[in-house]
Amino acid sequence: MSDRALLGDEAVALGAMHAGISSAYGYPGTPSTEIMEFLMAAAERGEAASLTAQWSSNEKTAMEEALGASLCGKRALVTMKHVGLNVAADPFMNAALLDINGGLVVAVADDPGMHSSQNEQDSRYYADFAMIPCLEPTSQQEAYDMTRTAFEMSEALSVPVMIRLVTRLSHSRAAIKAKEPRNSNPLSKASDRKGWALIPAWARIRYSELIGKQEKMAAMSENSPFNTVVQGDPDGGSQKSGGGGNTGKGKLGVITTGLAKNYFNENAADLNRPYVHLHIGQSPWPEKKIADILASTDGLLVMEEGMPLVERYIRGIGRDCSKISGKMDGTVPRSGELNPNNVRASMGLPPRPALDFNPGALPPRPPQLCRGCPHEDSFQFIKETAARLDSSVVTSDIGCYALGVLPPYEVPETVVCMGASISMAKGAAEAGHPNVMAVIGDSTFYHSGLTGLVDCVADKAAVTIIIVDNSTVAMTGGQKTMLPSARLPEVVAGLGIEKEHIRVVNALKKDHEKNMGILMEELAYSGPSVIISVRECLEAIRKRKSAEKAEGSAEGGER
Amino acid sequence: MKYDIILCGVGGQGVLSVAAAIAAAAASEGLEVRQSEVHGMAQRGGAVMSHLRLSDEVIPGDLVPQGGADMILSMEPLEALRYTAYLKPEGTCVTASAPFVNIPNYPDLDELLAKVESIPSSRVVDAEKAAKDAGNRRGVNMVMVGAASTHLPLPEKALESAISDLFARKGEDVVNPNIAAFRAGREA
Repeated sequence: MSDRALLGDEAVALGAMHAGISSAYGYPGTPSTEIMEFLMAAAERGEAASLTAQWSSNEKTAMEEALGASLCGKRALVTMKHVGLNVAADPFMNAALLDINGGLVVAVADDPGMHSSQNEQDSRYYADFAMIPCLEPTSQQEAYDMTRTAFEMSEALSVPVMIRLVTRLSHSRAAIKAKEPRNSNPLSKASDRKGWALIPAWARIRYSELIGKQEKMAAMSENSPFNTVVQGDPDGGSQKSGGGGNTGKGKLGVITTGLAKNYFNENAADLNRPYVHLHIGQSPWPEKKIADILASTDGLLVMEEGMPLVERYIRGIGRDCSKISGKMDGTVPRSGELNPNNVRASMGLPPRPALDFNPGALPPRPPQLCRGCPHEDSFQFIKETAARLDSSVVTSDIGCYALGVLPPYEVPETVVCMGASISMAKGAAEAGHPNVMAVIGDSTFYHSGLTGLVDCVADKAAVTIIIVDNSTVAMTGGQKTMLPSARLPEVVAGLGIEKEHIRVVNALKKDHEKNMGILMEELAYSGPSVIISVRECLEAIRKRKSAEKAEGSAEGGER
Repeated sequence: MKYDIILCGVGGQGVLSVAAAIAAAAASEGLEVRQSEVHGMAQRGGAVMSHLRLSDEVIPGDLVPQGGADMILSMEPLEALRYTAYLKPEGTCVTASAPFVNIPNYPDLDELLAKVESIPSSRVVDAEKAAKDAGNRRGVNMVMVGAASTHLPLPEKALESAISDLFARKGEDVVNPNIAAFRAGREA
């Protein structure tokens, strides 16, 4: 098959297609979004005829939908960003106990450095927690190959397998060589409900089975082609002294996981002592290989993209750790992304010579709402209303509108996780605070706002929820909201908000005064109300129009 | 041969198309290519930066190291200066001259341009004018590909056919003005 230049995300998608998946589910989230987009486009073009590739309301429903496919013997892929796995954690943890039938692969894209996220949690902890294997690609080719391997492993071990990506790989493009595609599995429901119904009596048996599989997983890691040992002697044996990892005599041991491998290789030629480099691309950790490198070297530098998971495991308690360096002792930065520069410093090498130039202080250019964004108008009427009150609370949520915490808006006071705006507002109101408002987007509302709203209805909480409805999942590039905007009022009414307290307004400058009046009225009400502030996202309009235009020209301009 | 480029600008300025054109041309020449992109929150009107690596050997990773870039190619002068730590001592900085002002404290333009020009190997291109003269006001990013092309280790023909392929889906009426913008950039 010919080479194709693919993003890391797309390489996972193609690997899954060629592994014969029948289903793919996910929720958009940077940096994972492009996995599903690639699959959906392929399905639409008819390249994967029998493939169901769909966005779900949230990561939990996505995981459960994929479990349904696995139950029936079909291979399924689930995609999400790292914090999405928190939402899916319940089915994810329990899936490890199931007798996975059709291969199930969970592709999770982490965001070290928080380019577009509220934390930089390391999903490998979840794989470790669930006691399932995790494969971590360092190149687009590995992303493709590992995804195919992950499906084989999932069926061989009857457990879900995780593929852990990070932003730089997800969003970087390189040519990959694809292999012969495999056919999809036939429909074949799991034969024994004892493997799928986790009532306590059977769950205990399943948990013992999972523990029993650990030895096999460990053996697979020990022999995995993704766990490699490379001997290096950049200086041909002559030993000098440098600083940090480069000081010391004898052989340096290096353990990398994830993209740390690439950054090490970028700089390895400049080391001036021989080294042994163990790269771990597959967990559980290859204990024998780690023990070998620990025993055979005179210093061990552990560099991981993410949290110091392997390093903590190696250090243990009571062991002499004086020869181990990494994130725990500050040799490698504890937070943020690794890159060729900080890895170079961790290796004890001086910076590369660069252009001798000082541009002086430059003003930062942070991301901001697009000019004319409907959220601007929503924030304006909320801000001015709040200014007229003695005190107020404005909770908010995850989406473009989180940018409203910054000047010139400075409206939301909290941004925590998907859906938290509504439930936190309820908590604040019930703690006794007056004038509590929650600002949440339409897609975030469907993702995790519904249940919080039911809580508000049940307890008649004095909160005013403002759904900023731009009719799209804007932040991640304009995916479709699960249900069309026009249905929001009926959904809200169906959850029990009284009709007269569901107010639909336009997020327009000309309606500013009117919208302030409506917000004031609802704040005065002693129970829950919902204001839906509607105007389509500018990017969504642009995308829609260009799609319509393309469609029009494809049909010979008949429209 | 190894050639590392830092591409930069402001979200929405078409940095991705510039990277895509150069990457495709390099791939057609049989080079290995790595091209990083920016998606999500970071691209909303903020500073964006993309790493593009071309080599006839194995490329270890997706990121250009500081002190490793042969070129900074910027759509905008303030952004050109933001990444100078990435340039090799002999590296080249190519930037469009027109500022993209979406922050209240944008520096004085003449001072910015003077700073860019104080880099030993630098080139400031009036890309808006070149695009306009070529009859394609929206072709500023392809002008910048043209301006960079005289430094790149890639034949002109490979870049032109990459640009044709990039816009082929939209028809000849889009392809030709972009080729014109590219040629204007070479002359600029």
